[in-house]
Amino acid sequence: MSRLIFKISPFIFIGPAILLLFIFSIIPIVMSLIISFTDMDLVGLANWSKVSFIGFDNFGRLFNDPIFLKSIVNTLMYVGIGVPIVICLSLGIALLLNYSTSALFSGFRAIYYMPSITNIVAVAIIWGFLYNQEYGLFNYLLSLIDIEKVPWLEDPFVAKLSLILLAVWKGIGVDMIIFLAALQSIPKMYYEAADIDGANRWQKFKYVTLPSLSFAIFFVVVTKLIGWLQFFEEPFVMTGGGPLDGTVSMALFIYQEGFEYSRFGYASAASFVLFAVIIGITLVQFTLRKSDK
Amino acid sequence: MSKKWEVSVVGIILALGGLITSIPFIWMILSSFKTEREALSVPPTLIPNNVTLQNYIDLFNKLDFDIYLYNTMIIVFFSMIGLLLNTMAGYGFAIYRFRYKEILFLLVLATLMIPNQVTMIPTYLLVNTMGLTNTMTGIVLPGLISAYSLFLIRQFMATIPMDLIEAARLDGANEFRIFFNLILPLSKPIISIQMIFAFIGAWNSFLWPLIIANDDKLYTLSVGMSLLKGQYSTSFALQMAGATFMVIPILIIFTIFQRNIVQGFNMTGIK
Repeated sequence: MSRLIFKISPFIFIGPAILLLFIFSIIPIVMSLIISFTDMDLVGLANWSKVSFIGFDNFGRLFNDPIFLKSIVNTLMYVGIGVPIVICLSLGIALLLNYSTSALFSGFRAIYYMPSITNIVAVAIIWGFLYNQEYGLFNYLLSLIDIEKVPWLEDPFVAKLSLILLAVWKGIGVDMIIFLAALQSIPKMYYEAADIDGANRWQKFKYVTLPSLSFAIFFVVVTKLIGWLQFFEEPFVMTGGGPLDGTVSMALFIYQEGFEYSRFGYASAASFVLFAVIIGITLVQFTLRKSDK
Repeated sequence: MSKKWEVSVVGIILALGGLITSIPFIWMILSSFKTEREALSVPPTLIPNNVTLQNYIDLFNKLDFDIYLYNTMIIVFFSMIGLLLNTMAGYGFAIYRFRYKEILFLLVLATLMIPNQVTMIPTYLLVNTMGLTNTMTGIVLPGLISAYSLFLIRQFMATIPMDLIEAARLDGANEFRIFFNLILPLSKPIISIQMIFAFIGAWNSFLWPLIIANDDKLYTLSVGMSLLKGQYSTSFALQMAGATFMVIPILIIFTIFQRNIVQGFNMTGIK
C-alpha cells in the first residue's frame, strides 16, 4: 500500500499543475496553429461546422493589410528606440546604485523599481492626465519656458514617442535589479587585482565590470527584445492604437482583430507571424553570442 | 574604495532621477485630494488648496469599487492556491524520478517561449466552449499555473540535499508530511518572493478579466478603473483617487518586502 503511494506521489505533486498547463497552454498552442488556417469568426464560434480551412489565405491577406504592415513598422520603431534606452538607463542607474549600500541608496532603488509594479490602468490614468494637452502638467511646465503645447497623444509620430517614454519609465526597474544583482556578485578580488596592476577607472570598467556582466547583459537584451516585440499594454490603454493607427503595435493588432472584430482565424495567423519574428530575432542573438565566444 | 565626495555626487544624481521618476506618483496623490475644479485650474496648483476626500467617497458611491475590490481579493486568493500548485509541481520535478519527467519538464519550459498573443484567442475559445465566459472560474482558472514560477521554484528545490529527505523517510514521515513540514519551511526564501509577485500579478490583473467578464459584477479594480477612465474622462481628480487607491497597497507591500525582491533576483542565478 505505502509502496503504491510512494510510486504515485510524484504524479500527485505535479498532476494538477501539468493538467492545467496542458489545457490552458499546450492545447491552445495547437489550436491556434489550426485556427490560423481557417476563417473562424463569430459565426464559426456559434457553429463549428461553418468553419472551413482556407489554407494560407489569412497569411496572404495579412501582408496586403495596410494596418498590419503599419503595425510592423510601429513595432520595429518601439523596439529600435525603446530597447537601447531602457538597457542603457537601467545599467547606468544600477552602476550608480552600486556605489553604496546605505539605507538612502536602497530607498533610491525602491523608487526606481516602483513604476514596474504599478498597475497599467493606473499608469494610463496618471499619464493620460500628465499628457493632457490643455490641463496636463507637462504642457504647463513647458509653457513656463515658452514652449508651445505639445500634442503628446494627438499626433501619430509624437504619440509613439510618448508611449516609449512611458514604457521606459515603467520598464527600467526590473532590469536595474538584474544588473544590480550581477554587479554585487562580482568578487572584490578582481578589482583589488586590477588596482595592484595600476588599472585606472575606465580600464577597470572595461576589463572587469563589463566582462563580468556579459551574461546579465545578454539575458536582459534577449528578454527585452522579446518583451518589446510584444508591445501591447501602453497603446492599448493610452491610445487604442490611434491617432490614425499611428500607435498600433503587432500585439495590439492581434487583440483588435481577435476580440474587437472577432476574426479569430485572421488574428491567429497574425499571432504566428509575430511568433516567427520573435523566434527569428532570438535565434540570431544566440548565434551571435556563440560566434562571440 | 570610492571617495566620499564621489558618493555624494552620485547620491545627488540619483536623487534627481528619483524625483523625476516619482513625479507621476506625487502628482497622482496630490491631485486625488483636489476638487474637480482645482484639478483643472491653469496654472495648476501643487498642494491642494482645499483638501477633500470627496473623490475617494465617490469611488464607492458613483462607482462600485467595493464590488471590484471584492472580486480582486478573490483573484488574489486563487493566485495563492495557484502558487501552492506551482510549488507542489516544482517539488515533484526537483525531487522525484519518474517516467517522462524530462519530456514533461521540457513541455513546461516550452510554454514559456510562446507569446501571450498566440494562446489568448484559443484559450478564450476554449473557455467559451466550456461555458465559463462571464464566470469567476473562467477568469481564474487559465492563469492559475505560472510556468515561470514553477521553473524558479524547481531550481531552488533542486538544491535541497536528498539526504535530508531520505532521513525524514527513514523516520517514517510520509511524502506529504515531508513536503509540508520540511520542504515548505526550507523553501521560505523562494516562496515568499513568489508570493509577493503572485499578489502583485493578481492585484493588477486586467486583460483577461476584461475579456472574460461581461457583467460588471465580475469586474476587477483594473477593469473598473478603465471604465472610470471612459465614463468620467474629464473628472481628473476622481480618476487620480481611483489610481491612488489601486497603487498604494502595492507600494506598501513592496516597501515592506523590497529586500526579499532583490534577494529573489540574486537567487534566480542571473549573474
